[in-house]
Amino acid sequence: MSPNVLALLPEYILVLAGVLIMLAEPCLPAAASRKPLGWIAILGTALAGLASWYQLQFGTLHAFYGTIQVDAFSIFFHLLIAAVVLVTLLGSLDYFEGHATHAGEYFALTLFGATGMMFMTSSVELLMVFVGLEISSISTYIMAGFRKGQATASESSLKYFLLGSFATAFFLYGIALAFGATGSTNIYAIAHGLETTATPHLAFLALAMLIIGLGFKVSAAPFHVWTPDVYQGAPAPVVGLMSTAPKAAAFAVLLRITFSGFPAMQHRWAILMWVLAALSMTVGNLGALLQRDVKRMLAYSSIAHAGYLLVAFTAFPQDGIAAACFYTATYAAMNVGAFAVITQVSGYDETARSQEDFTGLASRRPMLAALLAFFLLSLIGIPFTGGFFGKFYVFSAAVAAGHVWLAVIGLLNSGVACFYYLRLLAAVYAKPTAESAALTSIPARRVSVPAAVGLTLAAIATLVLGILPGNTLWLTQYAGTSTIIESARQHCAPHPDNCHVELQMEQR
Amino acid sequence: MQLALFLIFGVLAVAGAINLLLQRHPINSALSLVVVMMSLAVLYWSLGAEFLAAAQVIVYSGAIMVLFVFVIMLLNAGEEEHTTGSRIAYVAGFPGAAAIFCLLSFVFLSERKAMGGTDLGGYLSHSANNIAEISRLLFRDLLLPFEVTSILILVAILGAVVLARKEQ
Repeated sequence: MSPNVLALLPEYILVLAGVLIMLAEPCLPAAASRKPLGWIAILGTALAGLASWYQLQFGTLHAFYGTIQVDAFSIFFHLLIAAVVLVTLLGSLDYFEGHATHAGEYFALTLFGATGMMFMTSSVELLMVFVGLEISSISTYIMAGFRKGQATASESSLKYFLLGSFATAFFLYGIALAFGATGSTNIYAIAHGLETTATPHLAFLALAMLIIGLGFKVSAAPFHVWTPDVYQGAPAPVVGLMSTAPKAAAFAVLLRITFSGFPAMQHRWAILMWVLAALSMTVGNLGALLQRDVKRMLAYSSIAHAGYLLVAFTAFPQDGIAAACFYTATYAAMNVGAFAVITQVSGYDETARSQEDFTGLASRRPMLAALLAFFLLSLIGIPFTGGFFGKFYVFSAAVAAGHVWLAVIGLLNSGVACFYYLRLLAAVYAKPTAESAALTSIPARRVSVPAAVGLTLAAIATLVLGILPGNTLWLTQYAGTSTIIESARQHCAPHPDNCHVELQMEQR
Repeated sequence: MQLALFLIFGVLAVAGAINLLLQRHPINSALSLVVVMMSLAVLYWSLGAEFLAAAQVIVYSGAIMVLFVFVIMLLNAGEEEHTTGSRIAYVAGFPGAAAIFCLLSFVFLSERKAMGGTDLGGYLSHSANNIAEISRLLFRDLLLPFEVTSILILVAILGAVVLARKEQ
């Protein structure tokens, strides 16, 4: 198979499935259920995940004149994105039933968004990253405003669109400045150009702009202001998707740009990351303390988790990449699970929003309450859940690089975080009061089989990452090592005779 | 001659951009955007990128701005009202913009020597012509982003259908 086909196999499958859904949608009668389209989307996502897994045996692939690089790092994020999209699609298969509003377009947009995210993770050319970023962002802007009748939905979509475009402008300007400083927009060519550049200030400004642009996308403080409003107004399954998959993709890009593109400046950007991490953790956790709305609370918690993840950037390259990859996976599993539970509890209209509305959930929906409790415990970082090992690896990587104070700030923040997660948990397991009328007024919908499968998948992933992290850990370390090795390979490509780098991990 | 052109159209571009922000009526803003686009085209041309200048005039000033004006006319957009929100934007926006401007000018001025200068009216590349350079980039080195942009446009069309269609 030509490398141009092989390297982009998952993306091709997703685009084909998306186009198929678009073509099939008008053929269905207007009143018919859109579930078959959802099944096409689920099948496409599963196939794309399998295709990524299939790519793992080929080591590092290059395609399209060095634009695309498929390695263990990109495959890890491809699998992660495919899994998140799969759980989201399973959980929202019947979300639009009875509200015949563009369910077909929803499935198609999800797949196209996933394509954009996959392009972001497998690309080593900043312009390709930009196009992927725009595809994923624009599809999430649209999906945020899917409940068209509601004022909060329009507010959410518009706010996300305006601030997101602002961030994109920063990212694009960063690319332009990087081109000005090093003469290329390819990540390895930038790394090469940095060694001889006559304009180091310009190069650092380029990196700062790129970090600002991506900081908006991952909602790191102080670029987080859009997060609570957007998460509050968007439909719950969409929030579950957009708080995990696009963030994972943006973090992958950030890892590639910092560790492979600007390794020569690590002593400078590590300080930036230190500040961003400390700010995000503190702002996120303190903000979450003040929230009564469950989705807003989880929005602030996602800011805090972006902060924990940024801690990994201050570590040594190999540890840092592995720890960040692992944390992204655990965060995605538990967060997408938590939002899947909220989707099932509050339904399309989301009458149950605040903590009072969730009081006494356990007596009405014991299974859902137990799952929510499990995901919340994982978000706290209790042992035997994925969240524990995620935090453990991130903080130990930071300590190994000498950033003890950052780890201390992180641990203090985890203590603060306990408080608001446990407050929600206590409310869920408390007796229903008069104030929890909202919950009783919703007819308790049965959880459909696909949604139950999706929830189970998320729960199993969170549990396995907490008990048997070995396999995932191996894959993340493989990803970290292959990234470093590829950087070294590209670095000494002009002198192949002196080039003795080999990837040892492939033998396992 | 080239310097005079640069000065005139540089000032015109900045003035057009500021006018775009200050105008209250969308049509006036759109027309100042045309001025900005045309001045930019002249600047590209004066740097020797004549193909880019022509594309700028045809695509931006021609196609895109006509669409802009059509949409504004169709929507019948009236004058903007200044709410408290936009006053906050003044308080936070102007210092922020000023800070970015200062930072950029500091970096560009401090690296002025290293960056060197270019001759106004010089050629982009002395060996090949403009169109050959651009097409090699667009259809070979950056073929994939160029092709994938079509997915981006498809997503935008889907979004327009979803958000703008009237519900039955």
